[in-house]
Amino acid sequence: VKIEITEAVWIEECSLGELAERSCLPEELLRELIDCGVLQPCDHAADPLRFDGAALAAARAAARLRADFDLDSAGISMAVALLRRIGALEAEVQRLRALTRS
Amino acid sequence: MKYKDYYATLGVARDASEAAIKKAYRKLAHQYHPDVSAEQGAEAKFKEIAEAYQTLKDPDKRAAYDQLGRHAPGEEFRPPPGAQATDSGEHSFEGFDFAELFARMRGRGGAASHEANVPIPGQDHEASATISIEQAYQGTQLELQLVAPQVDAEGRVVSAPRSLKVRIPKGATDGQRVRLVGQGGRGFNGGRNGDLYIRISLAPHAIYRADGHDLYMDLPLAPWEAALGAPVPVPTPGGTVSLKIPPGTVAGKTLRLAGRGLPKPAAGAGDLRAIIRIVLPPSLNDRQRELLQELAAESKFDPRAALLEEAP
Repeated sequence: VKIEITEAVWIEECSLGELAERSCLPEELLRELIDCGVLQPCDHAADPLRFDGAALAAARAAARLRADFDLDSAGISMAVALLRRIGALEAEVQRLRALTRS
Repeated sequence: MKYKDYYATLGVARDASEAAIKKAYRKLAHQYHPDVSAEQGAEAKFKEIAEAYQTLKDPDKRAAYDQLGRHAPGEEFRPPPGAQATDSGEHSFEGFDFAELFARMRGRGGAASHEANVPIPGQDHEASATISIEQAYQGTQLELQLVAPQVDAEGRVVSAPRSLKVRIPKGATDGQRVRLVGQGGRGFNGGRNGDLYIRISLAPHAIYRADGHDLYMDLPLAPWEAALGAPVPVPTPGGTVSLKIPPGTVAGKTLRLAGRGLPKPAAGAGDLRAIIRIVLPPSLNDRQRELLQELAAESKFDPRAALLEEAP
């Protein structure tokens, strides 16, 4: 077995073009997801827009859902919005668990 | 190469219609898709399902698969020559040797066929890793076991296990992702290699509970420490510190130790929050009991005054 050593890097902020490349989604679809609030840039007012690791994770989830369930853009935005809500609820559960002894 | 029974994976007959295959896939995908399912082992299960569907949904790939004949799942067999590495497919999960055989075929249902010399970037892969709070605090090195498909000298797709040592910088917390540039699927015709994304989870800890980069812990105090105030030693991931408990500290109150939580990637750190619990000694000797009885006689404090006032 060959052993390689490699450095992990934090997911750095990226542009819309890089987000499209890394998520394998067309920019047009990403814009639609941004417009309906499903994908959030770091700063809505910034020009050009920048995206963090959470946005990349959401975009990659959108790409997987699109490919695996044959979803159209409305279906994708609904699914990603629901996943985000689940994520927020899970974070809240995590916070409440941290506050109380298990 | 080990044979896989794609029909059995989807739970359909070998002569199932395209519609029946799609229906079976949809049903299983809803159950096991890792973005949707909370079931244990959903991701591995979904990989099998997706791999089976990618081949069986495409008439050409299905015909090629059927030509392999019937074998027992897991049985070793030699694939027929002519499986071309032309199309890396759209699927984003880690590849398989057997799957690659079909994924790289030109198929009617696949992405547009590529010219032979067009660079094809490798797929991005995802993996997950669990680390301890201490490892997140200091940064750590992980060893990942990956199975990656590779094309050998004779052009055959073979499975090559590889071990990857990954240095995770400090700053990780639950749910965070790191990227390993170029450690995903191989690119073809000069296309760049894909990246490997690792989703980090924190293992449960005996003392700390993480919320983002903030840590929570219970801090037990004796009643007199809580009443009178006292400096108490508190273990933090960076070492034990002395925390000054103010007089009159009540149970449930949270004392914040700024910057003593998990470090953040760029700069700064979360806080450590100590939640006060008041505990009694397991036993009292005669003298201690006397002292408490004296306190009880002396005190006019009624902890239930507000409660009784509110009562109907």
